[in-house]
Amino acid sequence: MIYMLRVDNLSFGYNSVPVFKGVSFRVEKGSLCGLFGPNGSGKTTLFKCCMSFLKYNSGSISVDGCDVRKKKIGELAKLVAYVPQEHKPPFPYLVKEVVLMGRTPHMGGIFGISEEDRNKVWEAMEMLEISHLADKPYNQLSGGQRQLVLIARAMAQDTPLMLLDEPTSALDFCNQIRIWDILKKISAKGTTILACSHDPNHISWFCDDVVVMYRGGLVAKGNPKSVVSEQLLSTIFNDICSVGYMDHLMMVYPKNIQA
Amino acid sequence: MEEVSTDVKISPRPALDFFETRKLCIMLFLAVVMVAGGIITICLGTYHVSILEVYSIIATHLFSPDNVDSLNKLKNTIIWTIRFPRIIMAITVGIGLSVAGSIYQGCFHNPLVEPYILGVSSGAAFGAALGIVYPHIFISIQLGAFLFASLSVLLAYTLARNRGQTPVVTLVLAGVIIGSIFSACVSIMKYLSNDTQLREIVFWMMGGFYYTTWDDVYLTVPVVLISVAIMWFFGWKLNVLSMGDEEARAMGVNPEVFKFIFIVLATLVTAVCVSSVGIIAWVGLMMPHAARLIQGPDNRFVIPTAALMGGVYIIFCDTIARTLTSAEIPIGIITAIVGAPYLVYLLRSKEKEIFG
Repeated sequence: MIYMLRVDNLSFGYNSVPVFKGVSFRVEKGSLCGLFGPNGSGKTTLFKCCMSFLKYNSGSISVDGCDVRKKKIGELAKLVAYVPQEHKPPFPYLVKEVVLMGRTPHMGGIFGISEEDRNKVWEAMEMLEISHLADKPYNQLSGGQRQLVLIARAMAQDTPLMLLDEPTSALDFCNQIRIWDILKKISAKGTTILACSHDPNHISWFCDDVVVMYRGGLVAKGNPKSVVSEQLLSTIFNDICSVGYMDHLMMVYPKNIQA
Repeated sequence: MEEVSTDVKISPRPALDFFETRKLCIMLFLAVVMVAGGIITICLGTYHVSILEVYSIIATHLFSPDNVDSLNKLKNTIIWTIRFPRIIMAITVGIGLSVAGSIYQGCFHNPLVEPYILGVSSGAAFGAALGIVYPHIFISIQLGAFLFASLSVLLAYTLARNRGQTPVVTLVLAGVIIGSIFSACVSIMKYLSNDTQLREIVFWMMGGFYYTTWDDVYLTVPVVLISVAIMWFFGWKLNVLSMGDEEARAMGVNPEVFKFIFIVLATLVTAVCVSSVGIIAWVGLMMPHAARLIQGPDNRFVIPTAALMGGVYIIFCDTIARTLTSAEIPIGIITAIVGAPYLVYLLRSKEKEIFG
């Protein structure tokens, strides 16, 4: 079995204050894997290690069989695309320009925008249904629309692995579901996706796999249908969740809610 | 695993223009304005010389240098020795400062940054003051200004660098610190200087093209034009870099390498300009804004457009500086007085378009 992402016994700390220790997991090619855990459990830090923004202390991370520490920045950008948390840049780049930036690792020269670049940009915008925004300034869009643009940019980057840092954090209910549907479509086309989320329902409804982080380590991994259980949730969320079923569909809801 | 439909309806792609003819036309228009502006302003001044005379003087120098002696001595001196190098220098400095401003703004992910943010101007002022007050030790004012301008940025950069990274906020703070140290040093020099020297320091700091000679032109023009060309070549990388360091990295642009290249070149350009003409404020802040307003934020277009607008703006201001009154007005005063209302206008009317 070839894994798209392999994390082995990874430890990382900021200024010798450990964030997590001994994290090991694998993500299969073409799967949609969720990274789940409460605030401050090290999800974003783990992503930054995978992108080699941060130099980890021990352990190893390999993408498609290659050690990320040994990859040059330009080479790594052809393997992994990263969707940061939604943010507002200071310059009013147009949506199509932001999406085109995803093509940077494949471009050469100053005005070297090829037909293929244009096609990929268009395809990505169509896939996320944002092509009507192509000529709008990116920093004047709503948070949800910006998130869609960032995902389109990662798609245009055309990498086998995509990491998404809380892709649904800024979105309304409808757009959250839409993003997960789109992620399912992208992964069905063969791209491996690792996305982190705070919502146990999203994980159990949409992901093929889940990795759960809590208190500086990995506490569970596997099929979300079995991993996301009342027992796990009561451990990491302080005993406030109940798990119920509605027509066999799992639902996580607060314990103390009154019908 | 349940089946997911992968078929997304993708409508036929429109042209998807990233290289608009309109933007090229604007650049062409500005280039024409710049050249025309240069030709018109070379005739203006306390002593008026007609365009035809200007043409014959310049053509003689360029194409038949043996006949130079046959020219009218006075007019030859005014046009060839004084005004022509001055106008070329004005254009070059305008280009240099405007491009340096665009580069710094992109690197620092902040549209309010100007080329002097890392302490170039204070360093240069200190170097120049040393040259003015101690002419025996520091032979050349220009060289002193250049050395200390470069030194101040080097110090700021070293101060900000930590574990292989140079975070933007730290860099700006380091620039402020180094800048204020050198400003204090300039004050010391002012305190130590006599009246004539003090006057000279003050004038130097307000900037001006009064002493421009051909030697300055030979020194400045190649440095500025080559650096600007290199920075323009990396315009797209600057776009990516302006999204933030981590994102640039994720898109395959090494932020440390490119920040270093951009800062070194932009600083070199600024230091060369400042050391030969003094501190000219506002241009490096205003021109990138104006260019962005017309062309959008894509730096492949912002850099050349800001350069041309900077050239036009400085010839305009320099002409005012030397023709408005019988004495010369330092150009720093003109650029600020003309520029401030423009920026106020931008801030009040186009705030959303520029600042988002």
